[in-house]
Amino acid sequence: MKLLILGANSDVAHAISKKFAKEKKCDLYLASRDMALLEKKTRDIKARYDVDATAVSFDAVDYSSHKDFYERLDPKPDGVILAFGYLGDQIKAQEKFSEAKTVIESNYMGAVSILEIIAGDFEKRGSGFIIGISSVAGDRGRQSNYIYGSAKGAVSLYLGGLRNRLSKKNIHVMTVLPGFMRTKMTQNLELPEKLMAEPDEAAEDIYRAYKKKRNIIYTKWFWKYIMLIIRNIPEPIFKRMSM
Amino acid sequence: MEITGWGNYPVIQADGFSFETTDQLNHFLKKTDTCIAYGMGRSYGDSALNHRVVFSRRLDKILDFDSKQGVVTCESGVTLADIINTYLPGGWFLTVTPGTKFITAGGAVASDVHGKNHHKAGCFCESVICFDIMLPDGSIVACNRENNPDLFRATCGGMGLTGIILTVTLKLQPVKSSNIRETIMRCQNLDVVFDLFERYESTTYSVAWIDCQAKGENIGRSVLMVGEHADSGNLAPPAVKPSISIPFNFPGFCLNRYSISVFNHLYFRKNPGYESGRIVSLDTFFYPLDAIDMWNRIYGKNGFTQYQLVLPKAASLKGLRAILEKIASAGMGSFLAVLKLFGRENDNYLSFPMEGYTLALDFKMQPGLFPFLDILDAIVLDHGGRLYLTKDVRMKRDVFINGYPRWKEFERLRTQEHMKDKFNSLQSIRLEI
Ligand SMILES: Cc1cc2nc3c(=O)[nH]c(=O)nc-3n(C[C@H](O)[C@H](O)[C@H](O)COP(=O)(O)OP(=O)(O)OC[C@H]3O[C@@H](n4cnc5c(N)ncnc54)[C@H](O)[C@@H]3O)c2cc1C
Ligand SMILES: NC(=O)c1ccc[n+]([C@@H]2O[C@H](COP(=O)([O-])OP(=O)(O)OC[C@H]3O[C@@H](n4cnc5c(N)ncnc54)[C@H](OP(=O)(O)O)[C@@H]3O)[C@@H](O)[C@H]2O)c1
Repeated sequence: MKLLILGANSDVAHAISKKFAKEKKCDLYLASRDMALLEKKTRDIKARYDVDATAVSFDAVDYSSHKDFYERLDPKPDGVILAFGYLGDQIKAQEKFSEAKTVIESNYMGAVSILEIIAGDFEKRGSGFIIGISSVAGDRGRQSNYIYGSAKGAVSLYLGGLRNRLSKKNIHVMTVLPGFMRTKMTQNLELPEKLMAEPDEAAEDIYRAYKKKRNIIYTKWFWKYIMLIIRNIPEPIFKRMSM
Repeated sequence: MEITGWGNYPVIQADGFSFETTDQLNHFLKKTDTCIAYGMGRSYGDSALNHRVVFSRRLDKILDFDSKQGVVTCESGVTLADIINTYLPGGWFLTVTPGTKFITAGGAVASDVHGKNHHKAGCFCESVICFDIMLPDGSIVACNRENNPDLFRATCGGMGLTGIILTVTLKLQPVKSSNIRETIMRCQNLDVVFDLFERYESTTYSVAWIDCQAKGENIGRSVLMVGEHADSGNLAPPAVKPSISIPFNFPGFCLNRYSISVFNHLYFRKNPGYESGRIVSLDTFFYPLDAIDMWNRIYGKNGFTQYQLVLPKAASLKGLRAILEKIASAGMGSFLAVLKLFGRENDNYLSFPMEGYTLALDFKMQPGLFPFLDILDAIVLDHGGRLYLTKDVRMKRDVFINGYPRWKEFERLRTQEHMKDKFNSLQSIRLEI
């Protein structure tokens, strides 16, 4: 099996790469922007699991390169994990559209651009699976991160539609909704310790859900209930809260 | 942020810097004045503490593995637990392991840690083939016994004071099983346990638990445990999660009750005082304390310190008897201590082990403790011994200087390479090294 990891420099992506390499003994394409870092992660996978791993340069917002990027992969992957993302700065994004644009493009537009190419190929081949990482931030708009949240919300809707389309071709699409994870994305934020997941824990959850062919999963599990409550607070009340 | 070592004393405010690439570290070192590396914080005292610390835990990648030779190259923040989990299923285990696997490769080099096989295999750095280190000016130097031998000898056991270790290349040992064949012996006193240590010198692993409250004829009452790797059995990696966790700071008196009962169980169960060939897992044999997550909290919020000394072999019997007498009558120490016979010392400037007996025991922080430990220090020095830097939080400069005769070579290198301007811990400041 050959797996393509998009945004492979993400801390969670690396934990997922390791989990799949260990359990499925699959070879990997690690795709991301920072090639020096990617080389190191490639070596890590190879030294640990006796599988093959190749670093490939990939920029999610360089849409015009995506077709070429995918065409050059030989052999084609049997599955893809989409992990790139950019949290950005909410206040900055409110004040400067360029920041908002980067957030929207790096989370949403990049995903659409590359996944449409891959979905087309999987559909033609009649096989493959897609695991997309969105976020609980996309479940409801909140003042503290609604620009990122809206981009992730769009990713969730997009993955839902893709699942609907590809299920007819036996291609599984799974949506992952993480809560807080201890990665470089959150290292400077003060988040409630009890709600944090280690990247390895998230990777375990994702791998288990992949085996069970789940459609939508929260990680850690309790986010399902936290978000259930948050989604059900009536808007007249919700809008007056500061979240 | 607040940081502390394993002894939970002292707790200080610090700025922490985390990094993933050498460029990021280089950039940081250029604009920072003084800092010290921090791995898993399993050193007990203040050797990894300063107001600016460099966290190595994001350097957690393994870079190469030669499955024929068992040689692994990893970044310095990789833990020993990670190495075991990754390579034990293929039949490879650490050549030297301390009593916890939750330490980093960088921390293992910086303390030149020892294990139960010191008398056969030496210190951790004996299994280190080479390492890369970043010096104060941001340059990266590859170090082994031939290239930059002085820097090699200073860094192995150098408590992070020579630079930030980036990668470590390590020789693992082949094993046929993830089990240990263990023999346990009851020893009535110090003479008996010394005699048995020497009789079992050819056995790979040996360590004793010693009852520090025993007095008079019974001084040195202990249980000696020796072991060899089993020759068959599975190679399954150990379970991932510690089974029990101490969720908050415990009132201090609990630990003694716990350890007393464990010891008594072992000591009095043995009849006629000998049990041979029982099979135990690597975890049970090497890392009994790792089964209790955050056990250090058991000493309460004021924290504790571990006092580890070594005495030259010839002076060990007399010296240890004097020290154990003092400890028993002061009634401040933990009930149990660990005793071990070391093999020959290596030529790293500040490595702790020397040929002779080492004793390690915990002291809960309490009034009068430091003056009492000063008294023990004097006995240690009188017998030509020294204290382990990675456990220390309070020794005075003269105790260090007298215990580590090669400190001058260490100091010279540190001055020459401008390491004193960049890498300092609260410990190095206290000891003025
Ligand atoms: C339960 C328990 C049992 C133990 N048993 C033993 C034993 O049997 N034998 C033994 O020898 N020790 C033992 N120790 C001590 C422990 O092995 C050492 O203190 C070890 O150095 C801790 O490693 P660390 O990664 O936690 O480093 P830290 O505690 O974070 O740091 C220790 C020292 O290493 C330096 N350091 C860490 N990383 C780097 C780096 N990348 N570059 C340069 N310097 C660095 C620090 O500056 C500091 O001086 C034990 C500790 C515990 C808690
Ligand atoms: N951490 C959390 O609490 C959390 C919570 C919910 C959801 N998420 C989502 O989970 C995913 C993984 O997050 P993480 O925390 O592991 O993040 P991370 O460690 O910060 O990694 C994100 C990675 O995305 C890559 N990336 C960003 N923009 C890119 C682009 N234009 N092209 C290619 N790669 C790009 C970066 O790769 P390079 O280094 O190569 O530039 C970066 O390493 C993200 O989608 C994130 O939004 C995270």
